[in-house]
Amino acid sequence: MIYEHSRTGRRATAQTNPEMAELSDIPDALLRKRPAGLPEVSEMQAVRHYTRLSQKNFSIDTHFYPLGSCTMKYNPRACNSLASLPGFLSRHPLAPDTHSQGFMACMYDLQETLKHVTGMHDVSLSPAAGAQGEFAGVAMIRAYHEARGDTARSEILVPDAAHGTNPASAVMCGYKAREIPTGRDGDIDLDALKQALGPQTAGIMLTNPSTVGVFERRIKEIAGLVHEAGGLLYYDGANLNAILGKVRPGDMGFDVIHMNLHKTFSTPHGGGGPGAGPVGVSQRLAPYLPVPMVDYDGTDYVWLTEKERPESIGRLSAFAGNAGVLLRAYVYARLLGREGMRRVAEFSSLNANYLLKRLMEVGFDAAYPERRASHEFILTLKKQAKELGVNTMDFAKRMLDYGVHAPTTYFPLLVPECLLVEPTETEAKEDLDSFVEIMRTIKQEAETQPDLVKQAPHTMPVRRLDDVRAARELDLAWKGDS
Amino acid sequence: MPFIPHTEDDIQEMLAVIGVDSIDTLFDEIPDELRCDELKAIPAGMPEMEVSRLMQARAREDGQPLCFLGAGAYDHHIPAAVWQLTTRGEFYTAYTPYQAEASQGTLQLLYEYQSMMTALTGMDVSNASLYDGASALAEAVLMAVRANRKSKSGRILMPRTLHPLYRRVAHSIVRNQGIELVEVGYDGKTGKIDTSALEQYAGEDFAALVIPQPNFFGVLENVDELTEWAHANGMLAIAIVNPLAMSILKPAGEWGEDGADICCGEGQPMGAPLASGGPYFGFLCCREKLVRQMPGRIIGKTVDLDGKPGYALTLQAREQHIRRSKATSNICTNQGLMVTAATIHMAIMGGEGLQHMAAACHGNTEKLSQALCSLPQVESVFEGPVFHERVLKLPLSAKDALKALAAHNVLGGFDLSDDYPELDSAILVCATELRGEEDIEQYRSKLERVIAAQVQTPCQLKPDW
Repeated sequence: MIYEHSRTGRRATAQTNPEMAELSDIPDALLRKRPAGLPEVSEMQAVRHYTRLSQKNFSIDTHFYPLGSCTMKYNPRACNSLASLPGFLSRHPLAPDTHSQGFMACMYDLQETLKHVTGMHDVSLSPAAGAQGEFAGVAMIRAYHEARGDTARSEILVPDAAHGTNPASAVMCGYKAREIPTGRDGDIDLDALKQALGPQTAGIMLTNPSTVGVFERRIKEIAGLVHEAGGLLYYDGANLNAILGKVRPGDMGFDVIHMNLHKTFSTPHGGGGPGAGPVGVSQRLAPYLPVPMVDYDGTDYVWLTEKERPESIGRLSAFAGNAGVLLRAYVYARLLGREGMRRVAEFSSLNANYLLKRLMEVGFDAAYPERRASHEFILTLKKQAKELGVNTMDFAKRMLDYGVHAPTTYFPLLVPECLLVEPTETEAKEDLDSFVEIMRTIKQEAETQPDLVKQAPHTMPVRRLDDVRAARELDLAWKGDS
Repeated sequence: MPFIPHTEDDIQEMLAVIGVDSIDTLFDEIPDELRCDELKAIPAGMPEMEVSRLMQARAREDGQPLCFLGAGAYDHHIPAAVWQLTTRGEFYTAYTPYQAEASQGTLQLLYEYQSMMTALTGMDVSNASLYDGASALAEAVLMAVRANRKSKSGRILMPRTLHPLYRRVAHSIVRNQGIELVEVGYDGKTGKIDTSALEQYAGEDFAALVIPQPNFFGVLENVDELTEWAHANGMLAIAIVNPLAMSILKPAGEWGEDGADICCGEGQPMGAPLASGGPYFGFLCCREKLVRQMPGRIIGKTVDLDGKPGYALTLQAREQHIRRSKATSNICTNQGLMVTAATIHMAIMGGEGLQHMAAACHGNTEKLSQALCSLPQVESVFEGPVFHERVLKLPLSAKDALKALAAHNVLGGFDLSDDYPELDSAILVCATELRGEEDIEQYRSKLERVIAAQVQTPCQLKPDW
């Protein structure tokens, strides 16, 4: 704990003026009685403490990180340094257009690129993360129906395999979320969909390739059915990496999409954000896009706000979303170009299909063995759990001992004992081979010395943590040594 | 191939293992008619050197004007160590700590962050961040509506002294759940919430009163009185505060008899550069009894199998990945990296360091205000103490003045005439600890010239037909 280095009166003196300015005009009743209880440490103590903390993390820069559905690929360093140029860092969000043309040019170009790569009519960059993009998307669906006086629509359909954010976003927009089952082949259960569709359907939220790692083959038919019922199609861009530059959501019939730039456009995940979740729409939803957006009038870049776009669903953050993340995505897009984007889909699919095949060869079961993997795939350890008493969690924890971040575990919920594995395009063949070796070794350990796996990890800074205690005896802030 | 390590041999070997003859075959489940051709509208790739040249030119284009603009984003000193540490790959390229044992760095840091935020705000608990201050306010509103079980109306009292952009964001986010934000006016003399306007709602059903400190005009509200009033009328008190101001002002947890119930705000002053408005981070703190209504990630301290202390995500049953449609919010990814910076920032500055910084902002703004008010017909609009912003009335239109100042490479402040037309030609100015006396003198002398030019040659402005 940083607080353990704290001593009364110690300070990082290089950072402040020795004299404190007067506050005498502020009434006593409004002032704080004593300084906030923050750590009192030297600058070096802080630097050493946080450097050491960082070393307790797995990260893309240090470890293979095949966390399914999160696209943990290399985050090019140029994206960080170019987004951090002094001119960009010091630009005030409310600076006049005369002092913003450079930044706005980047935003405009990014809007255009995202429009073309997704096949949508228009794009707004403002949502701060995927979930906020989902919110924006569903809010636009609602605005569209309301503008037509079609107010009886109360349900958003969501596949049972969908990310939890989908139903949660639907509810935040005032809708009921209704689940649609997934068929045995991994595609959506079309009969169930037909039964669920009706005059109450506002729309459907789909991920394609889906969260079970396969391409929804009958997407055109689904689009036809939903549109016929008067609903709209929402595309969750979580898996856009799998099809970038190969297939476009707009061409599949989607009306509105969000993109996770921290996945597909390789902006850093930062230990849990910031992300960026731009939204794209077909022509009929364009008036409702969240503001602000950037336009080009032939000479200058200009902001489009509530004033210019009165039908907009509004503003989702005070300024223009996570601008610094958008700049990083822009740099990435320029480095890759159109051919590089297509290669993202190609090589992420090559890596996933190769890894799946190799893992099957060493005795692991694919959840959908007859299907082509997209950029990710699901293994089920049902057999190992049943026969050896070693479950997916145990495998995941043991992987940490071998220096690999575990894939996503127990998601999607419909596949028992599952691992969702996404190697991404930036991993070399030998790293995939070494992962196969690790999986084979753990399987052997599970057969011969199961306790070794069940007790894992053994080499991390801590062993398995007591989650029940964490939730029951809440300790959410340091309260001193006592 | 940028960022793709495969050699031609690798590709052939991998295809052979898969049992296909080309990469394109891997897409054979996708109907042919859906495949797209080359996307000619997207530019071709460029090497880093060329992208670098492009970005440097664009960054230069925006100049680096002398900034007296605040209005929710403030130009502060950030210790060099903050971002050098924050961009270490182990922080920068990790994700949400789902595997706790391999993420103790991020988890402990977030626990330290929660500890520092509760110390700063005087609240019991903090989450691990939301997107920004405005969306944090929206989440606080939703939280209050869930938590105040006595209130059935879904109505919230929202003062006009709150940032106009925050009010708009809150409206966009909560409106679809039938929540109504009712505006309360301000006192034209003091710039504080108009208590007589508030009094007309006494006894009515509202879930919460939002109390900004400082408010959008920079003015300090009578937070004790307002908190008491909210509680006396069955409402929760939602504090929305500047975290830097909290280092010198009475913390939200101590307002009135019982303290505010929820405290939220914009974390930008804690280590985030201006950077065009983001990424910043929203913070959200509350009293312990409301913790299960709080959205977002929360980190708890616990022990491992050997009884050794460790940190883990906790109370996940509130969250979308467990509760799906019944979650407290749809938030998943938040602003982890910004919180990393903020934590390191707060650790290095310490409580006293932040006080010096806050007091310097206060002092510089008063110096700026005095300097500008020495010019003819420039006057401070509201009486009474402020934190680090002030509303000034100008003898010419705010738009013209700010435009002319910008031409001199000075960002003179925020134009209030769109959101507060009744204030006429008023601007909101701010001088942080970075704006020294020379900067202030530069602003004063340029404003003097702008005023002189406008007053002497009023016809210079073409009528806008």
